[in-house]
Order: sequence, then structure tokens, then C-alpha cells
Amino acid sequence: MSVTTETPQQRDRARTVFEKSRSGRRAAVLPALDVPERPLDELIPPTLRRVDPPRLPEISEPEIVRHYNRLSQRNFDLDSGFYPLGSCTMKHNPKLHERVAALPGNARLHPAQMPARAQGALELMWRLQGALAEIAGLPHVSLQPSAGSHGELAGVLLTRAYHRDRGEERTKVLTPDTAHGTNPATVTMAGYQVVKVGTASDGGVDVDDLRAKADESVACLMLTNPNTLGLFDSNIVEIARVVHAVGATLYYDGANLNPMMGVSRPGDMGFDIVHFNLHKSFTQPHGGGGPGSGPIAVSERIEPFLPRPLVVRREGHAIAGSAANGDRVGGSQTPYDLDYDRPKSIGRLRGFQGNYGVFVRSYAYICSLGADGLRDVAESSVLNANYLLARLRRAGVSQYLPLAYDRICMHEFVLSGAPMKRDLKIRTLDLAKRLLDFGFHPPTVYFPLLVEEALLVEPTETETRETLDAFADAIAEILNEAREDPEIARNAPYSTPVRRLDEARAAKQPVTRQPL
Amino acid sequence: MSRYTSATEDDRRAMLEEIGVASIEELFADIPRELLLRGGLDLPQGRPEQEVYEHLRELAERNVSTEREISFLGAGMYDHYVPALIDSILQRSEFLTPYTPYQPEVSQGGLQVMFEYQTAICELTALPVSNASVYEGPSAVGAAAYLAKLANGRTRMLASRGVHPHSRETLQTLSTGYGTTVEDVALRDGATDLDALAAALADDVGAVFLQQPNFLGAVEDVAALAAAAHDHGALVVCACDPLSLGVLAPPGACGVDVAVGEGQTLGNRLDFGGPSFGFFAASEEHLRQMPGRIAGETVDADGRRGFVLTLQTREQHIRRERATSNICTSQALNALAGVIYLAWLGRRGIVELGELLIQRTAYARDALAALPGVSTLHDRPVVREFAIRLGAPVHGVIERCAREGVNPGYALARDDPELADGLLVAITEQRSRADIDRLVDVLGAAVAAERDVVEVRA
Repeated sequence: MSVTTETPQQRDRARTVFEKSRSGRRAAVLPALDVPERPLDELIPPTLRRVDPPRLPEISEPEIVRHYNRLSQRNFDLDSGFYPLGSCTMKHNPKLHERVAALPGNARLHPAQMPARAQGALELMWRLQGALAEIAGLPHVSLQPSAGSHGELAGVLLTRAYHRDRGEERTKVLTPDTAHGTNPATVTMAGYQVVKVGTASDGGVDVDDLRAKADESVACLMLTNPNTLGLFDSNIVEIARVVHAVGATLYYDGANLNPMMGVSRPGDMGFDIVHFNLHKSFTQPHGGGGPGSGPIAVSERIEPFLPRPLVVRREGHAIAGSAANGDRVGGSQTPYDLDYDRPKSIGRLRGFQGNYGVFVRSYAYICSLGADGLRDVAESSVLNANYLLARLRRAGVSQYLPLAYDRICMHEFVLSGAPMKRDLKIRTLDLAKRLLDFGFHPPTVYFPLLVEEALLVEPTETETRETLDAFADAIAEILNEAREDPEIARNAPYSTPVRRLDEARAAKQPVTRQPL
Repeated sequence: MSRYTSATEDDRRAMLEEIGVASIEELFADIPRELLLRGGLDLPQGRPEQEVYEHLRELAERNVSTEREISFLGAGMYDHYVPALIDSILQRSEFLTPYTPYQPEVSQGGLQVMFEYQTAICELTALPVSNASVYEGPSAVGAAAYLAKLANGRTRMLASRGVHPHSRETLQTLSTGYGTTVEDVALRDGATDLDALAAALADDVGAVFLQQPNFLGAVEDVAALAAAAHDHGALVVCACDPLSLGVLAPPGACGVDVAVGEGQTLGNRLDFGGPSFGFFAASEEHLRQMPGRIAGETVDADGRRGFVLTLQTREQHIRRERATSNICTSQALNALAGVIYLAWLGRRGIVELGELLIQRTAYARDALAALPGVSTLHDRPVVREFAIRLGAPVHGVIERCAREGVNPGYALARDDPELADGLLVAITEQRSRADIDRLVDVLGAAVAAERDVVEVRA
């Protein structure tokens, strides 16, 4: 197949907002100076001032809107199509959430507003803490961390504080070789040495290897369950026992919490610390790479060390003045407060109280779904994943894309493209790029690392059976096509705003800003 | 079926049949029976959309937002005007709902935004390298300490008392993991004391942390402080207010090695503290030690200009335990708001806005300091925020002002008991001269009344 025509988008070569700038144009009109003007030199000495103004774009409002709208059209997005990116939980982002997050009482609430005048926000946070605690099966929650990896860092620092409080200095943290990259990166930042634990033939933790490596130098085992192969680790009770027997903590990476909600709880499995990805299981839109939010839930023994401040409800009396700032509002009931008086706390991980705008969306989601709805999410996510797996099998792709671990999966599954590469001469990357021409976002590719030519597929609960059928058929069609002519996939994509990009060149001679 | 799933009973039956199991429960057979949650979650049942809206609206009503009082709160986040075009563009599904751009061919919009954003941050800071955003301000300061440790391996960090208390506390929290220590450098008349810094500096200091303008609003002489730090081979990290950089000398021109900061003021709403974004810029030599995503320019197979995530070998998903940071999801949508805001404000707007803030802030500072009993906490140059002493109990004054519909500012005693009667007052372009005059009246009366109360008690 040869493609000789360019689409309008391909013809529309990328030009930045800086390149669209023309001297003298502008969008903003600011309020007029309404106070007596004083010489600037009197207010800020010239030595402390900027000489040349920053060369920001000069561009009118209509051109800004058109520029960014056109740019947006060069993105694939979840609202427009299937996005089965494994371990990312690309589920529908309900539109109600945007409306409630934008209410002025939320969007224009200053983070340093006195607690007595932010009771609605604090109550929302308190209720969200309670709901997350119930879902995790652990009693205490801090909403502060900004994303999953930030929650991990909080969790490992909590572990350090816990051991230190008992007079122990431990040096190692165990992570399975299937772990997300954030786990080992976090361990190093938290000052521990990473020790890898192997994977058994059934895809779970190699418990013998764990037993051999678990000793009193180990501070923590970080685990994702279901793991990044989409498999629930049936040995979790024994794993927890081994970890606790040496006095270490068990950390739950919540990236894969979606199929567990209302079905089984990390706290009941023996986990001490859990992080949530509110941008995965709890519908915060991913925004093209954030914002997210990474609250943590912990057991009683970890609670004293949680980051501060914590949102608390002071029962049974009107607050005459919180310890921190002496707020008082004429005797009315203002039970929600920020508690800074936590002497064993690891301290802050960021400014203010966390990503409140994300809390609003996640809380609205939990209110909408309730207990049964969350369980339905978990069940439907697992049903969809297993159905897609079965449909792929029926479409005859197993020969080229076998399941890496042939078991019932949870919310996602891993295929290996190794036979496809060998027999059809196309790599997983080629399949992914060709899927773009079929209107699908590809699954996660080349992760987890221990599966050759891996494809990690997570359809989520919000997709219809018809969508899953269409995706399975597209994969089968691409493999058929490759059997005839592998070059088609190897040169894909053809229909996207740009064709395959030269990533090596970008890394070799980095151009990370536009010369002005 | 919940409202965000689609499977009907017929679908379920057919799907289970295709899978070859009899029930959904069979799909969960790997979970030991004793771990299955009995009786379901102890949460309320789901509610219709309109009821959820009403509940959330009722909660939001119980917050006093900056639309319901004349607010002079700042201390790290500021009530600047967010132009409507930002709301409109950010609500586009194509920006709102994709993941991190792992497939660049269908993510050119987001990647080009990152490239434009990096360009804008480099231009504002006068530093050559920027990443595509980190979480927010104080954690960006913490991330800079990790870069410093990677860069020179030294473990003593010095932080000016002018750095935001949240940033200093975050540094302290992270230092237990980094294996570093953090020491304070005192202020003198509201700004970092150069002599105290020089006395604390030695060849084992990895980095010196400054803030511009500092927490008390004072414009620091960053160049002089940076020179002292460089004499000992320490890196200079400066947390900057990006909106001041149309007027103040940029960090890159003052010898700063790493400029970070809170991006909320660039087109992001207050949101009770987040999400916003942090920016992170550095000198060229630190390119490969940067945390987070970086977009780079390249070409496609047909030679078209395009953008990709680049230098990924720094990052956790490739480098794992040897990564320069653990950060994965950051704040792409908030950084988009930032770059749109900077385009909206433009080359002249950023200077005009800075000058407007300086003039109004000077007016407010003079008027408040002229009130009986009230004095400035320092007399350094300021941009949009300044500190005063009330000579009266600050919480009582704030409460009295609040009853009049004015939030006069941030009680400095929240972070520093030594500043018991200190108040930090922030002025944005949304606070007119009339608002400032109202503050002066209300605060003056409140201070007088609180002083009377104190006298009666005495």
C-alpha cells in the first residue's frame, strides 16, 4: 500500500504560538491604574528589575482560541475513542464532575481560608477520607499526596518513620520485578536500597524468593495486587505473613485498585499502607499527564506518622478556636478542622491541603455510584477484560499474541508479541502504530518488562461489548494484513496528524524549547 | 448496571458464555474466600445525578469563596483573574481526557503544548532548560533538592527563612529520604541576611534555597546571595513568583541554577489549594538530571515537524531505581492553563500587570501602615504582597474584618509564633482601589476595637 495523499491535518505543519506572534497584537486588557502613580525606581530599585521584557507571544484572543483548538484536534482522547492503556484505567470521566468542581465555592476558595469559613470543603474532604478508608479496609487517610508516585513516596517515608520510632534503621525495600517503575524510583528517593523479588511461573510473587530475601534489614515490600500482569496473587495472605514476621510493612500500590472496589480490601489482605490514584479508579480526567491525586490509607500503627495537616471532625462541640489559628464564628457549629498538632508526623509533602479539585470529582463519583455501583465497576471491569481476552482468542490471534500467563485475569491482561515478531515480522510497536489507523489508542506496550514484546490491555468497565468486539476484530485484521505484507504495519501510522516520529533524533540533539 | 457502565443482562450472559464461565463470581476465583468482602462496602447507596449535584452545591455554599468577600489572602496562592478562554480550552475533551502522550503520533496537541510551555518558562526565567511541569510549588522546591544531591553529592542544604514555610517543611520531610539536612538562614529586615548566609556556607553545602519575592513579600537581592553560594560551589535554587518576572530580574540573570515555583498564578483557579502546577527550570548542565517529562522537537518519517517526550532515560519507567525522580503523572492540564495565560497576557501584558500590582500594593502598604498602631514588618521593596504588624491580636482583627465582608490577609502566627501580630496582605488586579480603601477602613476599626479590648482586659 502506498499513501500519496496528505490529510488536511498532515498538511497543516506545526507552528507554535510564538511563531504566530506579531508585534503589537494582544489579548489581555487590564484594569486601569486607579491609585496615584509613583516612579517605579522609587518602589523597586532598577538593579533588581528586568531589563528586557520576556518575549511572550503577542497574539489576539481569537487567534489563541483557534491555535489551541486546532492543537487539541491533534490529540486522541478518551471521550472520542477506546483507550485500553494498561495500568492507567482510562474510564469515562463523568461530566457532572466538571460542573461541581467549577462551582465558585470550590474553584474560588482560597486554600488559606479559615477552617470555619471552609466547612463545606473540609466536610467533603472528611467524607472522602471516610469513603476511601472503607474501600481500602484501613482506618486512616491522608489526602495530601499529589499523584500515585507522590503517595508512594509518602508511604515509604511513613515506613521509615515507623521503624525509626521503634529504634530501628532498616536498609532495604523489596519490589517484585513486575513493579511499576515508580516503585523502585521511590525507594531510592526515600533512601532505601531496592531488592527485587522474582515472579513465579503462575505470575505471582515467587514466595520462596521472598522468604529468602525477607529479613530484618527489610523495611517494606511494595506490591500491586492485582499485579501488573493483571493477576490476583492468591498467596497474598502468606506473603503478608512473611513480611510481617520480619517486622516489615506491606505497601499496596493502588494503580490496580479498580477491580477490587467492593470485592476485596487491601487492609483485609494485610496491607499497612495503600495509595489511591484518584485519576485512575476515581475518574479524575488524566489531562494529558495530570493533574492526579494520590491519597494514602494506613493502619493504626502507621497513623501517628501521617503527613500534616489532617482533616478532622471535632465531635460534640462548637469550635471556639482551632489550635493553629484561633478561628471562631459566633458559636455556630464548625466541626471540621485542620489538625496540625501531630508531633510524630513526617511533615508536609506539598503546599496546603492537596489537590482539592480532584477530591471534589472523586467524591461526586463515590456519591453517584455508592456501595453497589463501586462493586459493579469492579465486576464489570473484570468481565470486560476477560471478554476481550475470549474474543481475541476466538478471532484467532492467540497463535501470534498469546496470553503471557494463561489464567483468568482481573481488569487487565498481558499478551506477548514474541511469536508475532518471529512469524509475522512485525513488532508490538508496529501493531500499536497500526492500531492508530483503526481509530484505537493502543494498549500499554513493552511493559511489564519481564514479558517479551508485551501488550498490557485494560479495557475498563465503561466500554461496551460492541467496542470490545471492534477492537478484537481490528487486531485480527492487522495480523492478517501482516501475514500478507508486514511492511504495512512497519510503516504505520498513515492517517495521524504526523507519521512515525524520530525519537532517537530528539534524544540525541535535544531541542526542548524554541529559540526566540 | 450503574450509570457509567453499559452491560445489560443479555450482554452479561453472552459475555460470560464467551468467556466460558457460569458467573461473575468465577472470575474472582483467584481471591481466597476469606478475603472476599462480605456484606458489601459500608457506604451509602448511589444517587441520581441531580441529587449529587444538589449535595455538592450545598457543600460548596458553605465555603466563603473570594466571590463572597473582599479577600486579601495570598501566602502562596493568589486570586488573580482567570480569563474565560482558559475554561473553554481546558474543558475540551481532547485536552481533558487523554493520558500522558505515550503515542506521540496521536498526541501532537499535548506535546506541542508542552514544548510551548517549556519555551515560555525558559523565557520567563531566563534559563535554558524547563521540564513540562511538576506537582506544585513546595514539592518543586523538594524536587530541586534531589537534583542538587544528584549534581554534587553534598548533603547540607541551607534554606532562607524567606522561603515559604510549606516549602521549608516539605524540604525537611524529604530530606529524611534524601539523606540530607536542612538548616535555616535568618532574615534581616525582612530579607535573607547575607552575613548569616556567608557564615553558614561551607564546601559541604549542596544548595542554597531562596524565594523571590520571599514569603514576607520582600524582593531579595538574589544576585548577591547567589554569588555567595557559588563561592562555595553550592547550587542556588530560587522559588520564583512567575507573574513577577515581567518586572523583576529573572533568576537566570541573577546566577540562579534551578528556578522553581508555584504556577497557580498563571491562569489556574484557587481550588482550595490545587490542582495547580509547579515549574522547574535549570541551567544547561542539569538537563540530564531534571525530573519529569520533557517534550522535544523532531521530525516524522516524511520530514514533518513533530514533538515527542524525550530524554526518557532519566525517568522512572526506563531507569527505575536510578531515575532522577519518581514522578510520573504531573500537571499537564494546569501547565496548559499556564501557557494559555502567558499568551493571553503577552509580552506587554506581563509587564503592565506587574507594574499595576506594584503600584496598588505600594498604595495599600502606605495606607495600612499609616493606621494607628499598625506598622510595616519590613521596608524592603515589594511586588504584590507585604507584611505588617497590627499591634493588636491578629485573630480578633481578622474575625472583626470578616464580619464586615473583608478577609484582610494571612496571620503569620500560623507558621511563626514570633510574628504573633503579623499579617500578610496580598493585592491582585482583582482588588481595586475601592477595595483597598475599604480594607483600610475596616482594618483600622478592627485594630482600634481589639486594642480597646486588650486595654480593658489589662
